[in-house]
Amino acid sequence: MPRLATKKILTTVIIKTETLPVMAEHDVVKARQMVRQWASEIGLSLVDQTKIITAASELARNMVIYGGGGTMEIQSLEQYGRRGVKLVFEDKGPGIADITQALKDGFTTGSGMGLGLGGAKRLSNEFEIESTPGQGTRIMIARWK
Amino acid sequence: MNNDLKARIASLLEEQQEMLLSEWAQELQAQGRQQGAISDKDLKQQCKEFLTLFRDAVQGEEGGKGENLRNMLGNLARSRAENGFTPTETATFVFSFKKPLYTVLHKEFSKDSNTLIEVIWGVNQSLDRLGLYTTEVTQSAREEVIRRQQQDMLELSTPVVSLAEGILALPLIGTLDSARTQVVMESLLQTIVTTGSTVAIIDITGVPTVDTLVAQHLLKTVTAARLMGADCIISGIRPQIAQTIVHLGVELGNVITKATLASAFKIALDMQGMKISRVAPVGAMTSKA
Repeated sequence: MPRLATKKILTTVIIKTETLPVMAEHDVVKARQMVRQWASEIGLSLVDQTKIITAASELARNMVIYGGGGTMEIQSLEQYGRRGVKLVFEDKGPGIADITQALKDGFTTGSGMGLGLGGAKRLSNEFEIESTPGQGTRIMIARWK
Repeated sequence: MNNDLKARIASLLEEQQEMLLSEWAQELQAQGRQQGAISDKDLKQQCKEFLTLFRDAVQGEEGGKGENLRNMLGNLARSRAENGFTPTETATFVFSFKKPLYTVLHKEFSKDSNTLIEVIWGVNQSLDRLGLYTTEVTQSAREEVIRRQQQDMLELSTPVVSLAEGILALPLIGTLDSARTQVVMESLLQTIVTTGSTVAIIDITGVPTVDTLVAQHLLKTVTAARLMGADCIISGIRPQIAQTIVHLGVELGNVITKATLASAFKIALDMQGMKISRVAPVGAMTSKA
């Protein structure tokens, strides 16, 4: 009996990718519309779509208000046979001094509710944050089908 | 170009006026049908006016008289933009004057090619500038229209409607940014005062995304309305929005929320001590009698 060659496929296939500059409030609207379109294209449910759109809205606005503007990279990809949307927000702003504190609900250095960063984390399946004070912040979120 | 040359060109423009105008008209005709509509009479009038002002500009000192020409072209570009001309068509009005003008200049200066080149170069530069100026004016006229429409939308998209005695509804549609929230809040508070309403229903069925900023704006509006003596009900919270609000961790506190505008209206009627009841249809009553 011939042995079947079992090859585990661990690759991540990027279906498409695009980068959007986010400099002002109207770019946040554009970012939301783009995430909505991409998320519905790969077939995320309405609830999942709304979650990632809202998370994107929070993070994009944070970049505009606190990071002095930045970029949003959007990717639709396939990993282990499931599809998803991945977003990377990157700015060259002042950075976050204490990430643990920034993630705490109700903490803000501005005039918002202080729920955006933690909320974005709870709304996503994957969340990664890197920040160097004085150099900028990079946040990755992903939502899978 | 020295002043002598300028004077020569100006007098040339004067002498050859009829010829220039008829050649120019032919040139404009040759451009084919234009999208915008303009009568031949108006076009002739515009050509004549342009030629006169162009001559003045050539004759006069830099600046001063050139202003009239630019003003005339500015008005022309604006009216053409309103009448559906494309920017190219408007600019072509100026550029098509080159051919007849060069023919005249060529005849006059044919003996001295150095002068001819100098003259044509000078005239070419100023005609190019004028043509581009019309494009610029067309563009800014359009931007003006866009700005006005944005402003109109801001006002239009936030109507406060009265549903019953003492009950207001505010159906929100679209993105709720800071500028719009300001307009929404002002018109709601103003209407609360003028109608003496005590219940306001804010319907967010048409708001696609409720993030923390939108939630904060809504809560501020509710608080302000409460200070004016009106209770607020937020309606139109769809399932996906409800789940998102929970994950965000937004506390709506003691604000009454409802899934639909209909159920919010029912609550509002209760608060006002009113109710809707079914009565026999009008038709049935008359047939009995």
